[in-house]
Amino acid sequence: MNTIEYFKERFDQLQRENSDSGLKFIRQKAFDSFTRLGIPVRHEEWKYTRISSLFNKEYNFPASEITTSISWADLDTLRLPGHEQANELVFVNGIFSFPLSTIRSNQLLVMSLEEAATGEYSDFVTKHLGHSSKYLKDGINALNTAFVKDGVFIYVRKGQIIEHPVYIYNITDARKGNVLAQPRSLVYVSENAQLQLVETYSTLGLDESFTNQVMEIIVEKDARAEYYKIQNDAAHTNQVTTTHIRQIGKSYTHTVTISLDGGLVRNNLNLVLDAEHCEGHLYGLYLQKGQSHVDNHTVVDNVKPNCFSNELYKGIIDDSATGVFNGKIFVQPQAQKTNAYQSNKNILLSDNASVNTKPQLEIFADDVKCSHGCTVGRLNDEGLFYLQSRGISEKIAKSLLLHAFAVDVLEHIRPEPIREYVDKLISERLECDLT
Amino acid sequence: MLKIRNLYAGIEENLLPTGQAGKILNGIDLEIKAGEVHAIMGPNGSGKSTLASVLAGRKNYEVSEGTVDFLGRDLLEMSPEERAGEGLFLAFQYPVEIPGLSTTNFIKTAVNEIRKYRGQDPLDAVAFLKLMKEKMALMNIDQSLLSRSLNEGFSGGEKKRNEIFQMAMLQPKLAILDETDSGLDIDAIRIVANGVNKLRSKDNAVLVVTHYQRLLNYIVPDFVHVLYNGRIVKSGTKELAFELEEKGYDFIKNEVNEEVSQ
Repeated sequence: MNTIEYFKERFDQLQRENSDSGLKFIRQKAFDSFTRLGIPVRHEEWKYTRISSLFNKEYNFPASEITTSISWADLDTLRLPGHEQANELVFVNGIFSFPLSTIRSNQLLVMSLEEAATGEYSDFVTKHLGHSSKYLKDGINALNTAFVKDGVFIYVRKGQIIEHPVYIYNITDARKGNVLAQPRSLVYVSENAQLQLVETYSTLGLDESFTNQVMEIIVEKDARAEYYKIQNDAAHTNQVTTTHIRQIGKSYTHTVTISLDGGLVRNNLNLVLDAEHCEGHLYGLYLQKGQSHVDNHTVVDNVKPNCFSNELYKGIIDDSATGVFNGKIFVQPQAQKTNAYQSNKNILLSDNASVNTKPQLEIFADDVKCSHGCTVGRLNDEGLFYLQSRGISEKIAKSLLLHAFAVDVLEHIRPEPIREYVDKLISERLECDLT
Repeated sequence: MLKIRNLYAGIEENLLPTGQAGKILNGIDLEIKAGEVHAIMGPNGSGKSTLASVLAGRKNYEVSEGTVDFLGRDLLEMSPEERAGEGLFLAFQYPVEIPGLSTTNFIKTAVNEIRKYRGQDPLDAVAFLKLMKEKMALMNIDQSLLSRSLNEGFSGGEKKRNEIFQMAMLQPKLAILDETDSGLDIDAIRIVANGVNKLRSKDNAVLVVTHYQRLLNYIVPDFVHVLYNGRIVKSGTKELAFELEEKGYDFIKNEVNEEVSQ
């Protein structure tokens, strides 16, 4: 398809039909950017991840949807453990579905972005929606914003501790043709509030799906936000996800990104430390097989002084899969006394597996502590022999060693049902894949 | 129990710098019967650790000649885990640190894998805990050590005690202690030796590989062999160990070299 023209037609229609929308101008600005930037081709940030070919296909692209094609039975097959005790928000083909969602915490405010933009919360939307575009100067981010309509606004009031985690299901229904889905959400965690988010991606059916998702999270003073991303979709699915976290008061954030399967996966994670004494932790694990491609692009931007960030990403790559890790740390001139740590460790299990890892530190202040390190290696032979010499078969020994390698990421998944679930998925994967 | 005949072995050739000879063991003959304790002594580079490695099945070693029979089976044909299943145990000179793998989980897996190999049902949690408690007392090991990652951050003494603790848990027929005394203080040597002695019976055997006679004060050997240039050049009783301690290895070297020149 002629990308720009195709989207222009859809975009004009969307704007016509929603001419009094509070999001109209945000969309227009984003579409102008998209027209200017286009789909990234020979773009430095997309060097190892080629997505232009994904735009050569025909997709069903619902900019809005009247009736959902997902049944409760479909949803039940995709639910995560612990859902009985969770708030569940469901996106179908990029459109937020109220009927399929369940809100268990009274204090949790959930509304469509459209509604938020026109009512009481319009200031929040105007001020924070699209902040991620400052860090992602490519057409992909702009494309999501250009079509923002039925996204979700999640608001936690001052002092509220949301005890039930919020599970977000991004479901694409590819049972009748290829689907392009663009879920969008804006999360606001007010002063002294706490929130846990768990996000997952699933495709129904065998046609191709391409999800281009953006979530922006704002964290106020003395607040705490945890974000967990679990990716275990099929090999014919593609995802570009953006998680943009901005800490605007002295606060704490914690993210864990687990990528177990999928065709092409690109995760942008931005952490903007925009107040003094912020603390942010970023963990990631990618366990790849087949032809999968997982690209984690992270940015930690130290805007204000005295912030702390710690980043640990680990990869286990098998078959002909490819991994990419790109970790940027910016320390702005005024951000003195920054502490920023980064580490990326990889194990390649086959001769055809590969990983491109690149730390990128840009430090403009002179009184900071920053470190980075990356390793690419094989499974430790001596460790393997040690376990085997105790009667443990080679297969189980390998599985134990790889599991041990992953543990220091896994242990940071705090919601227990989710940690157990991921742990089980990984153990099963390690035991059945290894030969 | 163990019969080693004319064993020649070395590092795999493709792992060596070109032109360097890979032969380390040059015709070892050794027989160990049930109930016996053998000690192998020898200077640095004589092939002691290579012998232990070849017996346990470490990769990158190549046997070019000879046979090793363990309880009627060809040991060299077996994978390391099969050897363990058959009842061979190697206490490592340098136990491997594995961050992220809890010591308890590791030992439980090992115990049950060996039981599986022998056609036994796995131990349930209660039985396993009972066995652990018993062996922990024997080796003077604390629960907190076992809940930590395998050998990670353990002191030298803790690592070696953990080796003998594993041996106690797995109850091997033949235990090979590869320089288990190196890096240990006197008290730790005593604890380790005490553990080994309590596990001795008429049905099992121990092969102690060491530089020094000291460990042999505590684990008293029935036979002492001296390894030099990859061959056993002298065998005797525990008195041989005292002689070595007193005179050093030079007298052996001289004896051997004289024989060669004659």
